[in-house]
Amino acid sequence: MVLIFADNQKGHFKKSAFEAVTYGNKIAQLLGTDTVALVLGTVNGAEELGVYGASKVYHVADASLDQFDSQVYTAVIAAAAQQLGATVVVINHSSTGKSLLGRLAVRLQAGSVAGVNTLPTVDGGFRVKKGVFSGKAIAEYEISSPVKVLSLMGNSLQPVASGTAATVETLNVTVPASKVTVKAVHRVEGTVPLPEAELVVSAGRGLKGPENWGMVEDLAAALGATTACSRPVADVGWRPHHEHVGQTGIAIRPNLYIALGISGAIQHLAGVNSSKTIVVINKDPEAPFFKAADYGVVGDVFDVIPRLTEAVKKYKHS
Amino acid sequence: MKILVCVSKTPDTTTKITFNGAGTELDTNGVQYIMNPYDEWYALVRALELKEALGGTVTLINVGTDANDTVIRKGLAIGADGAVRINIDPKSAIQVASQIAAHAREENYDLVLTGKETIDYNGSEVGSMIAEYLDLPFVSYVMKLDLNGNVAHIERDIEGGAEEVEVTLPAVISAAKGLAEQRIPNMKGIMMAKSKPLKIVEPTSADDWAVVVNYTLPPAKSSVKMIAPENMDELVRLLHEEAKVI
Ligand SMILES: Cc1cc2nc3c(=O)[nH]c(=O)nc-3n(C[C@H](O)[C@H](O)[C@H](O)COP(=O)(O)OP(=O)(O)OC[C@H]3O[C@@H](n4cnc5c(N)ncnc54)[C@H](O)[C@@H]3O)c2cc1C
Ligand SMILES: Nc1ncnc2c1ncn2[C@@H]1O[C@H](COP(=O)(O)O)[C@@H](O)[C@H]1O
Repeated sequence: MVLIFADNQKGHFKKSAFEAVTYGNKIAQLLGTDTVALVLGTVNGAEELGVYGASKVYHVADASLDQFDSQVYTAVIAAAAQQLGATVVVINHSSTGKSLLGRLAVRLQAGSVAGVNTLPTVDGGFRVKKGVFSGKAIAEYEISSPVKVLSLMGNSLQPVASGTAATVETLNVTVPASKVTVKAVHRVEGTVPLPEAELVVSAGRGLKGPENWGMVEDLAAALGATTACSRPVADVGWRPHHEHVGQTGIAIRPNLYIALGISGAIQHLAGVNSSKTIVVINKDPEAPFFKAADYGVVGDVFDVIPRLTEAVKKYKHS
Repeated sequence: MKILVCVSKTPDTTTKITFNGAGTELDTNGVQYIMNPYDEWYALVRALELKEALGGTVTLINVGTDANDTVIRKGLAIGADGAVRINIDPKSAIQVASQIAAHAREENYDLVLTGKETIDYNGSEVGSMIAEYLDLPFVSYVMKLDLNGNVAHIERDIEGGAEEVEVTLPAVISAAKGLAEQRIPNMKGIMMAKSKPLKIVEPTSADDWAVVVNYTLPPAKSSVKMIAPENMDELVRLLHEEAKVI
């Protein structure tokens, strides 16, 4: 059986949960086994996970699980996996998933691979790939243990709505007491967080100052994209730190990454070079970023950005 | 305050990555190695700050061969009191974590710090594995860490925001950007590091369930298509019809 831990945010399931269920279901098909999902805490709409391939959803409803603690979650997910006889456990490679993967591996005596982005092969051994060396290479892992745990990189596949709503069944698992107290959660509401964004508009020092970010935000709004920035821009406080992408910031792999006035230093590329399509707009034709780009525009951002925003609006209205 | 800081060695990001002919191992020729930045800049420096404020010791631990001693000495030069190296070339995160846990179990550290991830394998696994072996709480991606007695007040990075948590020590914590400011070792630190203890410990048998069997390079990017700055309608058309991303 393939068990997917479907994480929720304030009780609701997001696209990343549907991606994980879709991915888990594809593995189950390869192995000729069932797909089930596990949800924790107070949730709404868990039956929808069936649409993406879960034949059943198990629910541990204890309200203490509304707060995340890796130790407690690991105990509960591992107990569920053992009770249900899961041989593959799939979670998201998110801030929650990254705190769980290693713990689950130890608890379940299972081989783990973090941040997988393609389906495994299962003939003659269970093998699965992930990006390593900041996207400069791909490593193929072989997992030899009976149980396997995988965390799925965001945006690695599109959720596939293939089935119908699943029945949700309560699972009885002992929930240990937590040693971690969550005091507050601060989230920027209303926008898709960067690690989950499919479209990203990112700007660098070429924008000259924080007062010029209005045009970056306008372009992002026209596209329905999330904004990001290069490190120096976050370091001098033109933009908040959570927008900083690259080796020391966050690594993302959106479908579209538009780089405005960013030179394309290797440490910046380390965080964005797995993006599916890269557009670079820079006034310097020699900017290194053009080597990593799919589409390039040599021009002044102050002219090109408003023009691109207009073109996007025109396309959206057509 | 007795603190253990886990430090690893990684190729510098600017290093060109190539593999041996069979694609089974990294070609280390000409590879420039550094201490993993999250370990050096954030985990180690915050550990030293806590020691300076509260007293205690900061011990480094590395799982690796003597090829890692330069990186360990750098950590000592930055200010750690001593170091332990578990003498095995690890093949997986679980090997690293089980070795570190075996050491930590004997020493009763108040705090075990790791980096949020290594920049080569980007696993983010070792810290949470150590925590599970030791049955301790684990808080990841920590950008702020203050201690009040044995309670740690923490701010951690989450998707699109931050979470404030409290945890009672002992605990395992992984360090992210913002936790501290990088320190450059000075001459005195470098001299002192030479006489600080670096204990070499032989490994206990280690778990190993997931190993790399081969490496490949990603397919080369096809060359960039240039579009005139006057022609943004064309760019939008290509993004829609050719790249199919909007
Ligand atoms: C250990 C280490 C880690 C690092 N980690 C990161 C990281 O995580 N993320 C990161 O981003 N950086 C990181 N850096 C910094 C990185 O090396 C670069 O310095 C940084 O990415 C440069 O930012 P930038 O492209 O915004 O600025 P610049 O390099 O100054 O580039 C600005 C670009 O804008 C263009 N430009 C200027 N004016 C205009 C205009 N009017 N119209 C169009 N184009 C214009 C210029 O041609 C230039 O290419 C790291 C560095 C080190 C040493
Ligand atoms: N060989 C090693 N020796 C000691 N600590 C390590 C080693 N490898 C990883 N770590 C620690 O574990 C953290 C996370 O590593 P990883 O799980 O590989 O991303 C690193 O930032 C280090 O603090």
